[in-house]
Amino acid sequence: MPSKLIENTMRVNRLPHIWCPGCGHGILMRDVAQAIENCGLDPDKVVIVSGIGCSSRAAGYMNYNTLHTTHGRAIAFATGVKLANPELHVIVITGDGDATAIGGNHLIHAARRNIDLTVIVFNNSIYGMTGGQYSPTTPHMEKGTTAPYGNIDYVFDIPKLAEAAGATFTGRCSAYHAQQAIKLIEEGIRHHGFSVIDGVSVCPTYYGRKNKKGDSVKMLNWQKENFVDVKVAEKLPPEKLEGKTLIGKFYESNDKEEYTDMYMNLIERAGGNK
Amino acid sequence: MAGKRFQVLQGNEAVVEGGIAAGMRFYSGYPITPSTEIAERSALRLPQVGGKFIQMEDEIGGIAAALGASMAGLKAMTATSGPGFSLKQENIGYAAIAEIPIVIVDVQREGPSTGLPTSPSQGDLMQSKWGTHGDHPVIVISPSSVQECYNETVRAFNMAERFRVPVIFLMDEIVGHLREGCELIPPEELTISNRRVDREFNGTLAYAVQEGNYVPEYAPFGSGDHFNVTGLFHNLDGFPTNDSEVTDSQERRLLDKITKRRDRIEKWEEVDTDDCEVMIICFGGTARAVEGAMDASHQYDSVKIGMFRPITVWPFPEAALHKILKHNKHLRQIIVAEHNDGQMILEVQRLVEGTVPVTHLGKIDGTTITPDEILEKIKEVY
Amino acid sequence: MARTEVRMSGSGGQGVIMGTIILAEAAYEDGKQVAQCQSYGPEARGGSSKAETIISDNRIHYTKVKYPDLLLSLTQLSFDKYLPDVKDSTIIVVDSSIEVSEETKKAHKVYILPILDAAAEVIKNKMSANIISCGVVNEILHIADWDAIEHAVLNHVPKGTEESNLNALHYGAKMAREYSEN
Repeated sequence: MPSKLIENTMRVNRLPHIWCPGCGHGILMRDVAQAIENCGLDPDKVVIVSGIGCSSRAAGYMNYNTLHTTHGRAIAFATGVKLANPELHVIVITGDGDATAIGGNHLIHAARRNIDLTVIVFNNSIYGMTGGQYSPTTPHMEKGTTAPYGNIDYVFDIPKLAEAAGATFTGRCSAYHAQQAIKLIEEGIRHHGFSVIDGVSVCPTYYGRKNKKGDSVKMLNWQKENFVDVKVAEKLPPEKLEGKTLIGKFYESNDKEEYTDMYMNLIERAGGNK
Repeated sequence: MAGKRFQVLQGNEAVVEGGIAAGMRFYSGYPITPSTEIAERSALRLPQVGGKFIQMEDEIGGIAAALGASMAGLKAMTATSGPGFSLKQENIGYAAIAEIPIVIVDVQREGPSTGLPTSPSQGDLMQSKWGTHGDHPVIVISPSSVQECYNETVRAFNMAERFRVPVIFLMDEIVGHLREGCELIPPEELTISNRRVDREFNGTLAYAVQEGNYVPEYAPFGSGDHFNVTGLFHNLDGFPTNDSEVTDSQERRLLDKITKRRDRIEKWEEVDTDDCEVMIICFGGTARAVEGAMDASHQYDSVKIGMFRPITVWPFPEAALHKILKHNKHLRQIIVAEHNDGQMILEVQRLVEGTVPVTHLGKIDGTTITPDEILEKIKEVY
Repeated sequence: MARTEVRMSGSGGQGVIMGTIILAEAAYEDGKQVAQCQSYGPEARGGSSKAETIISDNRIHYTKVKYPDLLLSLTQLSFDKYLPDVKDSTIIVVDSSIEVSEETKKAHKVYILPILDAAAEVIKNKMSANIISCGVVNEILHIADWDAIEHAVLNHVPKGTEESNLNALHYGAKMAREYSEN
């Protein structure tokens, strides 16, 4: 029997999902649904926009207005949805390849505009749907099917990238730390501006196997042991933070006016509200 | 700001005015010559009517945002030229399979790649039909005057909304940058088709159609119907499937949507096709040179020339051409005049099936075909 | 009127494109058919620039100009570039800074007028050379009623320059008239 949350937020007849056993995406999808519920949003006004890849299949399972678009373009489609009807709550579910490789340009420009979208990157550090090629978040010298000698690329730090580009809310959460993730996503949705959340998932099938990270439990345990909340980290000496990954809210600012608000003002100035 | 009913406008500007008259309230795009005036005028005019304009970060974002806006219920357009048209192709296919209304303007330029950015060309004719991968429906309209830019943009929006397909407005620089008098016919005097919404299927079966209909009539996002939209082949509720029967029925319906409604989509112009000896087939701005040649030929009492001009270029007005071939007993020669190396001629040859000789008059140097060149060609072949 | 083709040329920034647009709008308001075209791209930035307007009582089919009925040039460079594209009946209007060969003067009706000097010294606005040119062209060809052309000018000039531009228009007409009379 599905839980009440699942019944309320998912297309139950479309479950079980297509993700591999042990994949972290299901946890993150549930976190997003819980955050939407916690925010008390009218489901009729919630639009989930996704791109292409494992992450982006989430849209199909979620019982809202869902738009599963083309590879890399979720944020661009979402920009059109939001600008066309600013009353809609537009949440983008995307992957590391979708958002930062093929769709990297849309990510930084939406950040620059500060349009009120909430982007959650289901980041599994690999191209899963195509069978395990290295992505912009595959760690340096780790392996993928297209990096048989180790990946010589360096990674993107997604929250830093987004902040530098102008996002007004950034953070990171993990599949393991579900409660913190729900809270962070909730805050991201409530934030009136462009929010980017790096949702670190686990891919035991491709990334894990290729890099000898063990099974899903082992990978989740690794998150448990190596991820440190940013507030806790503030009180720790640097040597205790070596090799650790920070999670939590990294940045929030309300200094910049939101894009669709500015556009509505522009319409007013142009005389279009008559 | 729409101002006077009769104005001298550029073709590109008339497209925006026609769009606004048709109900366009969203434009997203990226600057590219020779279509940029469409973006510029949209930026100025849309906010004046409560609409939205956004300059996106690239061509792909330009069409993607327009499709997002269309899903939210606004009539949306994007415009581009050659290189940008190539970049937009993937999402034209997305619009086709997800059945999202959109108008895409392509003001053609000469050559592949960057080519000649400000020169007349009609080299994208085949791309406008086959540019995106896979079998897909598309309607393509090509105007030959500024007035037609206005009127046919209205029709482009009407068909995009009515059939839920991408409609490509295939312009050339001859018309795009030409300034002519244009009557800005107000919306109340025009036929405007709005998107039909049928929520009988309780919203969840977004892609179900009523008996005899080929067009799904799902509601815009925000209306309360929680359905899925995807570029994958999908069930009636929009959920992806690999089922070959479902795939076949969905693909067939997508194509039937156009082929079974050709009579409502095709449009063409005929001049003296009943009894002409030489018939020139052309489209878009090339028609102006053909008309110029016909003017000149009247003065010399020479061979009788006719013109057949598809306005809806895809689907090609097949039945109309067949009718001329059947009834005109004087017809000795067809010349297809176009600013490319031979694209529409392929369609014409296919339809004529050798019953009348077909020759080509093409130009690919970035200059326009002149009336003199057409008359010379007639002398050469007739 | 029968199909009449006007080509204006000069250097980028002299406003010859706007000049042809004003002529087209005026003629259209006066009930005539019009078509206006111009060069684009690198051709339109610096160097020589040209634009054309076709006016006719009947529908204008072909919209390009091969041999204009009137060629107006504001610079030597543009004059030399477009002089080869004239027919015997082409009327030539040039700024007085331009050298015109005796041969050309014999073959054509030629107006040599101090358009640029008049803009700078009489109208005191160098940017009004194109409006003076419109006055010249309309005086010679009678494309549109003067009311219509005044309207068209006012549609396109910056606020605060309305009066000086109308003066420019009529000054151009006067120069052409006096030139013909002499």
